[in-house]
Formats: sequence, structure tokens, C-alpha cells
Amino acid sequence: MRFRFTDEQRMLQESAERFLLEHSPPAVARAAATAPAGLDLPLWQQVTSTLGWQALAVPEEQDGLGLGVVELAVLLEQAGTRLSPIPLYASAISTLALRATPHSPTRDHVLQSIASGAIVSLAHTSARPHWDDRGVDITARQTEGVWRLNGSARFVSSGAAAAHLLVVARMDTAIGLFAVPADHAGVSIQHQVTLDQTRSMANVTLSDVTLEREAALALDWGQGLSTTLDLARVLVAAEQVGCAQQALDLTLEYVAQRVQFGRTIASFQAVKHKAADMMLKVESARSLMLYAACTADAWLREAIDDTALREAAAMVASSAGDAAFFVTGSGIQLHGGVGITEEYDIQLYFKRARALESYLGRPDESRETIARLLLDEPASEGSTRAA
Amino acid sequence: MQLEFSPADEQFRDEVASWLHDHLGGEFAPIRGRGGPGDEHHFVEERKDWERCLAEGGWTCIGWPEEWGGRGASIEQQVIFNEEYARAGGPGRIGHIGETLTGPTLLAFGSEQQKARYLPDIRAGKAFWCQGYSEPAAGSDLSNIKTRAEWDDEAAAWRFYGQKVWTSLAHESDFIFVLARTDPAARGHRGLGFFLVPLAQEGIDIRPINQLTGTAEFNEVFFDGAACGGDDLVGEAGDGWRVAMALLGFERGVSTLGQQMLFQVELDEVVRLAKLNGAAQQPALRQRIAEAHIGLRTLRYNSLRMLSGEQDGSLSREAMIYKLAWSSWHRNLGKLAMDVLGPDAELVESGPYELNRLQSLFLFTRADTIYGGTNQIQRNLIAERALGMPREPRGDQ
Repeated sequence: MRFRFTDEQRMLQESAERFLLEHSPPAVARAAATAPAGLDLPLWQQVTSTLGWQALAVPEEQDGLGLGVVELAVLLEQAGTRLSPIPLYASAISTLALRATPHSPTRDHVLQSIASGAIVSLAHTSARPHWDDRGVDITARQTEGVWRLNGSARFVSSGAAAAHLLVVARMDTAIGLFAVPADHAGVSIQHQVTLDQTRSMANVTLSDVTLEREAALALDWGQGLSTTLDLARVLVAAEQVGCAQQALDLTLEYVAQRVQFGRTIASFQAVKHKAADMMLKVESARSLMLYAACTADAWLREAIDDTALREAAAMVASSAGDAAFFVTGSGIQLHGGVGITEEYDIQLYFKRARALESYLGRPDESRETIARLLLDEPASEGSTRAA
Repeated sequence: MQLEFSPADEQFRDEVASWLHDHLGGEFAPIRGRGGPGDEHHFVEERKDWERCLAEGGWTCIGWPEEWGGRGASIEQQVIFNEEYARAGGPGRIGHIGETLTGPTLLAFGSEQQKARYLPDIRAGKAFWCQGYSEPAAGSDLSNIKTRAEWDDEAAAWRFYGQKVWTSLAHESDFIFVLARTDPAARGHRGLGFFLVPLAQEGIDIRPINQLTGTAEFNEVFFDGAACGGDDLVGEAGDGWRVAMALLGFERGVSTLGQQMLFQVELDEVVRLAKLNGAAQQPALRQRIAEAHIGLRTLRYNSLRMLSGEQDGSLSREAMIYKLAWSSWHRNLGKLAMDVLGPDAELVESGPYELNRLQSLFLFTRADTIYGGTNQIQRNLIAERALGMPREPRGDQ
């Protein structure tokens, strides 16, 4: 048992931290908020050409490094720390979605393009209001040997800069996954301004998009979608932990220099205790996030079943979602008046936490997932009285 | 990252589990699952017999070096032992203070003579210890110790005057280690000594403290001239604080997974009742039960991080939050248990005031967020030591 990073993982963390500290200061996140796709594409270009993060979890056969979710979580935590406007999440979840897809030339081709730095976005839901298969609004029909896709998806991460879309579509009785070039006829992608401002989102509309048979990556992908969303929750949790940690650090910096009543406000117990509660939440979420990342890797190795992955994902989604919202909100409170100004960065983290808290399901929905696993089997024998 | 224990450790786990399975039947069957926190006053003699049985099997003091009868067990093996012990329903360990606090303290700071005199009987399950730290005026502010240790030249002995409080198992123990002031002019951390004192003697008066549960696990211990020998001072006069603080770091989280196993048993009982009485259908309770489940798993991974950290004695961030995290979780579980029981939570079914386990859990967990450093003190420690925030000013300096 060695529940800590390996030396290689530690090095990856340190190099990501160093790189983003230098190249992704808050001004970069702020600038991207008004950039065309909501992204800093030159920064991503630099990442893909010098660091190769986009290829981290791509299998070696498709020119990747063949690493796993723990390594992705290391990077996403750092990206969350800096609110880095790069399509790292889109790249990571597309990679994992494809890894959960049977081998085919199309699949391998898309994985290779991810490894080479192309942006690939998962367009899976309209989220009206559900994030799971009930929210899939795009339909796919096979006619005359080709597929025709119609409908729309929202919350497509980094979609406005994507070269390919992985489109989840409803067929007669099943859910399918399709590879769609972003410039294909009938594909319309619009950048969507969000409350968060710093995490790029797009709307995708497909109008009679006609695809060759090979574009279908999977035709019975209902369970694939479900497990991909669970893997996505783990990645999001890593971002949330980074976001929460940075909100705590910014707050500690602020309260250490703000003087009132002749002393720094950091010296007041009311402030110290709030900060301690913030750290408790961050570290607890971090522990579960590391567990969930290990669990996701075990699932990719087929060492555990879908239910174990679901449980881990729901636990961490609940914990990290609540933690990030609590910590960033408390951060604003401890900043006092300047916490609600545009100038101070704490508000950016608060907005990010709000966005991620409901992305893929609110914490209470994740707790209901846990409740179903725990409570909806009949009770074992025994007295109805407490022992 | 490696979540699994090694094959060798898993083999050790099997060995522990099978020994416990073989020995926790028969004469010891009645004490399975008894004597834990909130229940420490029950089956004391039987639990002392059990300690001797454990000792004969080589299962006391497994973390001690082989030279002193231990197994030199690794941190992982100690964790596994504690976890399996709890899983098997092993009774509350009446020897744990001697094994986990006195022993490691003597191994680190004791003289050869002290080790030879005290360690073998702890290892054999024959001598039981309690802890004399807290006093009426030294709770959270532990360094405010008033109990005096005076050197009696004539008797060549240290004599003690003062009072300790919240002493678990004092009336069932043979010895108490006492933090006492050797220099009456000194204050705070200075001028303290750490002493090994036999309890069966004149000048010691032990009085139980009745608790809100109707039971009495804690005691007051009054000293009025009780003595220990000159060679029962650990380290030098004036070293007491250093020894006392080091003692608190020896445990290093090896019992945390065992503790969590007991928590899991309690949570399972709450879940079982919720399914049976319909509470499991109520959305608000479903949320809270799920939260309890997530919280307990969080404690587990906090512990695994803590146990996987650098073994350099420094407290990591996850170690510093552990007390605050588990005590708050456990207290919430007590309240959840009451809410799941509904109206029946209020009914005492037997005796003048014999509580069932969940009622006892509810009341006794109010102590969890107080003893061993209140949640307020824990937050100060986290803020000051982990987050580098300014220290609290003292009112008397």
C-alpha cells in the first residue's frame, strides 16, 4: 500500500505547476473569457508541442504515452489551480471515451489526431435537465447505407475550437457514438458565454449531417456513455480540487496582509477557523479524488466493475463539488468587500466552482446515486429495534 | 499510487484473521464487540483475561522491537492488525495505553532499568496503564499543569500533590503516567516531569465521573503524597513536556483503520434500520445517509494518505485534519442514528437508564469533538501549523 504519487507522477505535477505558473497567470484566464472560442490557443499549441499533455492517456499504439487517470488528474488539478483556458479536459475525456470504445480504424484515427494536438470534444447531451442518456437529444438514423444525424447538444467543452466532435446520438433503441469532423456539412458550433466565463463551452447543432458507415464508433454505447460520464466526474473533481486549493491559498495571502483593528485579520480566530474548515474540505476532497482516480485506472484495467467506478465517481463528485463551492464562497467572504470586485481573482474561482458543481450533476444528485446503491436493496434479517 | 496491500501483508492479514477467529469464540464470545468507547466499563476482568490470551498468541505490542517481545511489525502490518481486530469484533483493548503510549515512550526516552521493569508486563498483558495528563485547569491548555512533584529526600522518592481528571480506566489500571510540575516557579511548558506511578498506594483517591449516558468511564484521580521512586522519572526533571508531546505522536495513525471499521459497523446498523423502518425512503435522510457513507470513505483515504506519507514524524496536512474530520463525522452519525430511529429514539427499553447502542452513540459522540483536543483547538492547530496563520496570544503573558 503506497497511496501517494510515484516519483514520475510527482515530477509531472511539478513540471505542470511550474509551466502554468509561468505561462498561465490569471490575466491569461481573464483574456480568454473574451477570446473567440474562450480558449488561449497559442498556449495550447505550446503545451502540445513542448509538453505533450494531450497524448498522456492516448494508448501507445496511437502515438500516446499510455498513462492513466491518475496522471490526467495531476494535470487537471494544476489546470484548475490556474483556471487555464486550454482544452485539456476536452482532450482527456475524449481520450477516455475512445478508450471505452471497440477498436476500429476511425477510433484509432481520432486518437492519433488527439495525440498530435487536434482538439476533440465530446458532444453528449442537451442537459435538459439530465446529463445522462436521458439528456441525449441528437438522433441518428441509418438510411441507404449512411448515417443521418440531427439535433443539438449543449455544454460541449472547448467545442468552438474542435477539429472533431465525438457525438452521442440516440438511435431506435440504443445510444451510439459517432466521429464527426467539425467542418462537416450541416455541423454548426457556437461558442456559449457562461456565468463562469473561463471554461470554454459551446453549443452544437447538427442538421442532416450525413456520415459514412465508418463514422460510427459504437452502436451500443449506453453503458459506455454511463461509464464515460463517471470517468468525467473524476476529471472534473481534479479540477475542483485545484480550484479550491487555489481559492484557499489566495484567501490566506489576502488575510495575512489585510490589517484591521491594528492586526492582520488572519490573527482573528473567526478567520482562522473558517480557513481550517476550508482546508479540511480541500484535503478531504483531495483524498477521495486520488482514490477515485486510482479506481478509474483500475476500471480501465478491467480490475473492477462498473458499479465500483460509479460509487467512486459519485462520492468524489459530491465531495469535491461541495468543497469547491464552500471554499471559494468562503474565500469571497474572507476577502471582505474586495471579494466581490471584478479586480480580485477570488471571484473567478467562485464562478468556476459554481459551474463545475452542477456540471454532470449536482452534489445532491451524486448523493442520491450513492443512496440508491446503499439503500435500495432489501435489508438483511434482524430486529427493527436498535441493538 | 498503490491502494492495495502487498501479498506478504495480505498473508499477514489472513494470519491475524484466522487467529482471532479461533480465539474469539468460547469463553471470550460474550465480550465480542464490547468495551469500546462508551462501553469501556463493561467486562473489565474478562477483557484483562483476553489481553493475556492475546499476549500468549504474540498479538500484543506487535509494533515493538523483537528485543522487547514485539514483532517489529511495519506500519502496514499494524494497520492491518487493527483493522482485522475490529472486523473480528475484538473487545476494547484495555491494554492499549500501555502498548501504544507507555511502551513507545519508554523505548524512546526510558532508561534501560525502566524498560526492563515495565515493558515485559505490558507485553504480557499483566500490567495496565492509564494516562495522567488533563487537570481541572489544564484541559485544552495542557501546559497549565498544577500537579506538583516534590522530591522527598528522606524517602528518596517523588511525591505528588494535585488532581488529574478525565482519566479513563484509572480504577482498573495498575499504573498511571503523570505529567507534573517539578519546578514550582516555572510556568507553561517548562519545569515539568514525566513520571511512572503505581496506583495501588496510599495518597491516591480515584473517583468516577458520572456521564450523561448514565455510565462512568472517566475518573478524577487525586494525589496527596502518593510516591514513585527516583528512577521512575522518564528523562530529566524539566523534560516532561518534550516527552509528553512525543508520546502523542507515537501512534501515527495505525489504529485509524480499526476505528473506521467500528464506525462502519455503526453505519451499517443505521442503514439496516433505515431500510426496515422506511427512513430509507425519505429523500432528506437518503441524502444524509449517503453523506455519512461518503464521509467514512473519506476518512479511509485520508488515513491511507497519512500512512503512506513520509515517516519522518512530522505531521502532514492530512494528518492534521484527521481528528477534526473523524470526530465531526462520528458526532453527525450519532444524530443521524436518532433521526433514522424517529420517535423510537426517545424510548429507553430496559433498566432505570440502560441505553441501546445507538442512543449511547448519540450521547457519547458529543465527547468526541471535545477530548484529545476540542474541535476549536484542532482548528487553531490546523490554522497555525498547516496554514501558517498567526498564533493565538496567551492571556497570561
